[in-house]
Amino acid sequence: MRVRRRARRRTLAQRDARVGLALVSPTFVIVVAMVVLPVLWTVVLAFKDLPLSGIRDVNLVAGPYTLDNFTHVLQSVELRRSILTTLEYSVFGTAASIGLGLAAALVVGRPFRGRGVVRAAMLIPYVAPVVGAALVWQVMLSPQFGIVNAAGKNVLGWDRPIPFLSQRTGDLHLLGVTLPVPTALVVVICFEAWRSFPFAFLFIVARMQALPAEYDEAARVDGATPLQRFRYIVLPQLAAVIALLAVLRFIWTFNRFEEVYLLTGGGGGTDVVSVQVYQFLTARNDVGGSAALTLVMAASLAIALGIYLLFTFSRERRTA
Amino acid sequence: VTRRRWTRERVETAGLRVARVAGIVFFLGITVFPFYYMVLLSLRTTQDLLGHPGSIFVSLSHLDLDSYARVLKPTGEGGEGFLRFLLNSALVCTGTVALTIAIALPGAYAVSRLPFFGKRTVHFLFLAIYIFPTILLAIPLFVFFTRLGLRGSIAPLIIVYISQTLPVSIYMLRNYLDAVPRSIEEAALVDGCGRIGVILRISLPLVRPALIATALYVFMIAWNEYLFALLFLVEERSSWTVSLGVSQLSGIEVPTTALMAASVILTIPILVIFFFTERYLVAGLTAGGAKG
Repeated sequence: MRVRRRARRRTLAQRDARVGLALVSPTFVIVVAMVVLPVLWTVVLAFKDLPLSGIRDVNLVAGPYTLDNFTHVLQSVELRRSILTTLEYSVFGTAASIGLGLAAALVVGRPFRGRGVVRAAMLIPYVAPVVGAALVWQVMLSPQFGIVNAAGKNVLGWDRPIPFLSQRTGDLHLLGVTLPVPTALVVVICFEAWRSFPFAFLFIVARMQALPAEYDEAARVDGATPLQRFRYIVLPQLAAVIALLAVLRFIWTFNRFEEVYLLTGGGGGTDVVSVQVYQFLTARNDVGGSAALTLVMAASLAIALGIYLLFTFSRERRTA
Repeated sequence: VTRRRWTRERVETAGLRVARVAGIVFFLGITVFPFYYMVLLSLRTTQDLLGHPGSIFVSLSHLDLDSYARVLKPTGEGGEGFLRFLLNSALVCTGTVALTIAIALPGAYAVSRLPFFGKRTVHFLFLAIYIFPTILLAIPLFVFFTRLGLRGSIAPLIIVYISQTLPVSIYMLRNYLDAVPRSIEEAALVDGCGRIGVILRISLPLVRPALIATALYVFMIAWNEYLFALLFLVEERSSWTVSLGVSQLSGIEVPTTALMAASVILTIPILVIFFFTERYLVAGLTAGGAKG
């Protein structure tokens, strides 16, 4: 009886704190068990010599520890090339997706008949399953019966089909100049831009709708032309959201696996780090090596982000 | 007769009008055409495709549904067994949605309303999930479930999907709960209703739209997911999801038309759901829960 009476005397705030903890604990348990601990465990695995075949009987936490995975990963030539490829993929993929998203936002910026449908259509590449999207791209780009090569042959007069997904370098003839183009890498970048521009589009549209009309009207009264109003009135107000998008998209593009793996399998000069991690794990059966590689990957991402943030902050201070 | 002067303003306005129309055509082309092409190829015969690779129409007399029959039939009858995969995906998705909502709703309520120890840690955890590469997480989870001998069954997949979709679910539900006035709940509390009673009788009915949006969004993520399905299930064909089935199909000798039929089976349900519930889904998309 005594215990019960004391429980009654607890204040509302105290009771709420208990209820709150109880309500949030399932979430907490799952996130800790399925995210936090695994991440920490990856660090342990990275220091162990661990072939995939052995994981059923080996002690997965205790020593012996070794640095071999890291020396092996860091010394390989593939890694350097792969990180460079990933950086190219991320930088150009990010820029292209934001550029497309901005263009899309400007296109549906003003009302017209059927705008709702067009706006919904813009989101299709983002919501469609990546497996289906990659497959239809593969078919469209196929040298035998793909629509792109068929059109290239019939309309543009190509004498040979282009193997878009396996060609490491192709020659682009432009105005009498021949430029080498990393074909497959360009294709996976285009795929990334196509898949993710709707994300940038949504963010930019939301920001544009919130822009105050006064500045634009004032500029109009002052005789600024449409392009000038975009350059000097709209764009500066979008700078913040574009900077945010650049960070988010860079992180996510850097970590991409499915898009590249499904489209090229990492071939033709598109061996981004995440695909290499997967190869380490499944083809080479090297758990420790793949764990070490993901840590190197996370570290390079952190460094790239650090450089970016340093660069933007110092520029902001200069303009301020 | 007034002579129109070619001012910069007028040239730019006219140019931009043309550019806008061109832009609409361009964007409709790149977003809709690939999926139109997918459906088109799934309805053609292989001979027709090889004979006319550049054609983007199919005459009604050449319509051919054999690809779908082939893909859907069980392997025993010479098909690819996609009915089974559809069932697996449905199971994975409904399981993930039901459990995620059941866990996320109380969590979101706590984060929105109640003071509790460690409230700030929650935000940090969510940020971590956003930033870490999925492949980094995939390695230890792969090792863990292999060790337990659970690879090949869909239960671990559901657990992983829950952990991946919880943060965005809580984020979406919390945003909505924050907008529900507290005074209604306080009135119920004063009238003698307990906290749990308040949640069940007052808050739950009020957040129904957000629940629908979150459920749809989680369904979409689970349906589309590929990496974990590949790692956990690839050796056990009877457990494959539709995504995994389609990707594995492309590795073997299957006609392109059947491949496209399988892609349509994978893609169309999501696009249909999306077009009917676009308003709901956009909230989730901007929360960025699909990790890009």
